[in-house]
Amino acid sequence: MITVSPIMLSIAGSVAALFVVFGLGVMVSRQMLASLRFFMGQSVALTLSALVLADALHTVNLLWVALITFVTKVIAVPLVLRWAAGEEIYGRREVDQALEIPASVLVAAVFALVGWFAVAPVLPTLHDVPFAAINLPTGLIMVLWGAFTVALRRESVAQMMGLLIMENGAFFGSIAIVHNLTVIAEIAAAVDVPIVALVIGLLIRSIRRVTGSTRVGTLDKLHEH
Amino acid sequence: MNTEWLPALILLVPLCGALLALANRRSAPYFSVLAAFITLLLAISAAWQVEAHGPLSGSDGLFYLDALGALYLLPVSFVYFTASLYAIGYLWARQQEQDKDAAEPRYRQYFPLMNVFALVILAVPLVANLALMWIAIELTTVFSAFLVAYEDRAEALEAAWKYVALTSMGAMIALLGVLMLYYGTHAAGQAPTWDGLMTAAPHMSAPLLLLAFVLWLIGFGAKTGLVPMHTWLPDAHSQAPASVCAVLSGVETSAALYMLLRIYPALVVNPGIHDPAAWYITAGLITVGSAAFMLIQVHDFKRMFAYSTIEHMGIILTACGIGAAVHEQGTIYQLFAHGFTKSFCFFAAGLAGIIFGTQEIVKVRGLISRSPAVGWALILGTLAIAGAPPFALFLSEFEILDTGYSSGQYLSTGLLTAFIVIAFIALTYQATRIAFGTPDPAQEHTSPAMKIPRSSLAAMVIAFVPVLIFGFYLPPPLVHLVHEAAQLLEVQG
Repeated sequence: MITVSPIMLSIAGSVAALFVVFGLGVMVSRQMLASLRFFMGQSVALTLSALVLADALHTVNLLWVALITFVTKVIAVPLVLRWAAGEEIYGRREVDQALEIPASVLVAAVFALVGWFAVAPVLPTLHDVPFAAINLPTGLIMVLWGAFTVALRRESVAQMMGLLIMENGAFFGSIAIVHNLTVIAEIAAAVDVPIVALVIGLLIRSIRRVTGSTRVGTLDKLHEH
Repeated sequence: MNTEWLPALILLVPLCGALLALANRRSAPYFSVLAAFITLLLAISAAWQVEAHGPLSGSDGLFYLDALGALYLLPVSFVYFTASLYAIGYLWARQQEQDKDAAEPRYRQYFPLMNVFALVILAVPLVANLALMWIAIELTTVFSAFLVAYEDRAEALEAAWKYVALTSMGAMIALLGVLMLYYGTHAAGQAPTWDGLMTAAPHMSAPLLLLAFVLWLIGFGAKTGLVPMHTWLPDAHSQAPASVCAVLSGVETSAALYMLLRIYPALVVNPGIHDPAAWYITAGLITVGSAAFMLIQVHDFKRMFAYSTIEHMGIILTACGIGAAVHEQGTIYQLFAHGFTKSFCFFAAGLAGIIFGTQEIVKVRGLISRSPAVGWALILGTLAIAGAPPFALFLSEFEILDTGYSSGQYLSTGLLTAFIVIAFIALTYQATRIAFGTPDPAQEHTSPAMKIPRSSLAAMVIAFVPVLIFGFYLPPPLVHLVHEAAQLLEVQG
């Protein structure tokens, strides 16, 4: 069993708190550009977490995860999103959403409890895995918040950021327990995120071209009569 | 004979097809059909090898194909071939229907994407690593999004967006489950493969395995179209070209279901997980029941077949729960036959849409009098997908229900029977209205009979062959493969 110093655990906990705060920012921010900046901040927190864990667990693979995360999510994905949304990301300040911010925060709190109680029975079985008690619940909560953001927002760029914070959550949770993805899986994961971002970005551009906006809340023609 | 190269070659051929289609616009359809045909031959050859010599592996453990994977590979490659052939004339006819002065269809956009889409579906049963399977499933959404939005209208983009948002959301949820299983297999000293998972499962922490499964059920359930995560499916199918619907409905939704089926024995062998079948039966019955009632009130015949897909995914999940995989191979056969049958239904529906210029059931009457070939194809396809004899799905559904009743699971099997009957009545009622009703003279005036594209007709005829034959006769090697696949889902605990 690897022993980790309390200082490293404190740093990891602080990074997790930062990760959560940025996630909340993505979820409740009413400005598209601010939401994008919160996502970039969260991706930096994920990078930091991977670096902390790499150092504490002496795992080189996590250094790769940190590098891949930084390049794809802090640099490439925001560039794609700015390109996809065009002027609208600067011009339009308010993002439509189905619930007001106080109600959204309340629902987010409920999701946090659900996430915690879902992971709680698993944690005792991971007693010999350092950081699992910090990263795994945080990751699952972020996956739930991301799903909630997708459901909440009526704006394609904001919905895409919901998807991306879900992915951040999945990786934040798993870096504590999986440090040894095979090389091929790591390469594939590194390629996957930019491809997904690029294709969704292209789709957002098509929506903007055809409907004149990146709002998807107005796209509601398809349903049973 | 060295067969290690077969799995890699199966993936390489569609990739070459995509690149050639991208390089040459005029020949794009023909390169694609050729690539799909070669892939079909290679898939048959791979399945043959698996049947004769056991699982195939290659490239230092990167690939692994067993009987269940081979049985999934066959409909995927077959539908890839027929859908590519069908699309040549169908896309042209759709273009003419919408704008007679338009240039030829955007083959250069369609065919490269279709080849890459097929490639990633084919990768699901071929790759050995669980994380790579997840990536392949996620990429199916990414590469098919623009196929769904091919017609570039607001409705098509709406459908594509819903599809991407919901299924990607599901994929992210499933990702955490995949990585948890990665940890579980690694902790038990096993590789993150199906075999590794089965070996590790009895020793894995039950809460961890259960949480990973629940994340899979929600995540992959969204891709499979399980209720209530199904809403993207009817929308995407109503807007996508019929050739895309054939692949989406016939084999793409089954890719995620394939993952849910394969994790089932791992749950059963874990001593800490009680009654995993209940999860499958509950999720399956909710899905079948909802789809059956939606079929009654559906107004669009492509949406009708989409709801039928949701129904089938629910039947397969329920069947797995009630144990039909083990006792009678009903689950496996249903998964296998669904791919062939559903693609045939969408081929017929696509041509009906071209003939009438609409997909609204209320506006489509007397299809048989307008086009006997398409009319009868629609009727036969509907009967086949609804589970009428003598088609393959009748056999599988009969076996599933027989297993349920004979093992004393009266409530769940009774409910499944009732939902299948409701869906059968709804489907056949809608199809007979479309095929035999009196044609509206005004409608006939506004949409003069359109010539049915020969390539599409040929694809429909080819697609009908397995639909018909597998109801009467399953070649002995296939029977053996079905048995082998059922054994993989068999639970020793």
